[in-house]
Amino acid sequence: MTHRRRFLDHSARVAALLASAGLWPIAARAQAAVAYSTVAFAAHGSAAAYKALGMAQPTESTDVQLQAPDIAENGAAVSVTMSTTLPGVKRMLLLVENNPAALSAIADVSDAVEPSFNLRIKMGESSNVYAVAITGDGRALFARRDVKVTLGGCG
Amino acid sequence: MSEAMRIRAQAAGGKTTVRVLMSHEMESGQRKDAAGASVPAWHIREVVAALNGMPVLTMHWGPAISKNPFLQFNLKSAKVGDRISISWVDTKGDRRSDEAVVAAA
Repeated sequence: MTHRRRFLDHSARVAALLASAGLWPIAARAQAAVAYSTVAFAAHGSAAAYKALGMAQPTESTDVQLQAPDIAENGAAVSVTMSTTLPGVKRMLLLVENNPAALSAIADVSDAVEPSFNLRIKMGESSNVYAVAITGDGRALFARRDVKVTLGGCG
Repeated sequence: MSEAMRIRAQAAGGKTTVRVLMSHEMESGQRKDAAGASVPAWHIREVVAALNGMPVLTMHWGPAISKNPFLQFNLKSAKVGDRISISWVDTKGDRRSDEAVVAAA
C-alpha cells in the first residue's frame, strides 16, 4: 500500500514538476497538481495527519524555524511564520496540535519560491504549533512553539 | 461574489516579497449559529501563485486559516515588471484570481 502511495505521490510530483516547467500539455495541467487530502485535513493530532499524508513522523531540527507569539490574545487570527534554512525543501506543513483538525496548511514550493511563509491561523485553545519542512529526498524536520491562547478562535 | 484580493509584490535586494490579503469567510465548520446549528465548513482549500503565468507555489489550506486570509511569501528572483497572479478555489468550488505587477520597494 505504501509503495503504491509513494509511486502515485512520486508520479504526481513529477507531473507537477513537468507542469511547472511548461512541458506538460496545458489541458492536463489541472490534473497534474497534487490532490487535496481531505483525510489529512480532518485528522486529529499531528501524528494522525503525518500518517494520512503518507510520511514518516518528522524529527526536531534547528534548521526549521517557527515564529509565533508566546501568548495570542485572539485565537481567531494568530500570525505565524514558518521557514527553513535547509536546501532542497519541496514542501512545508503547518499544524496546530490541539485544533479539531491539526493540519492547517501545506505549501508545495518550486525553486522560484523561498521556503518561508507568514500566515494567520485559528487556534481553538492553547497548543503546540508545528512547522515541518520536507526535502526532495523525503527527510521531514520540524520546529515547535508552544502558543497560549486567551480567547479561543474556533467558535 | 468576493472582493478583489489585495496583492503587493515588492522587489528589494534580489528578492521579492509578496503579500496577499484575500476576502473570504473561511468558516471552519466548528462555529454554531444563534439557533445552535453548526455553520457548515466553507473555506479556501487551494491557493496557486504564478510568476509570469508559470505556477511557482501551491498551497492547500484546511479550515484553520483565519477569516480574510493573509499570506506572505518571497520569490527568489522576480524583477520589477514581472506579473504575479494569485488564484484560489474554495470548498464550494468558487474561484477567484487576481494579478499584480512587481514594483520596486
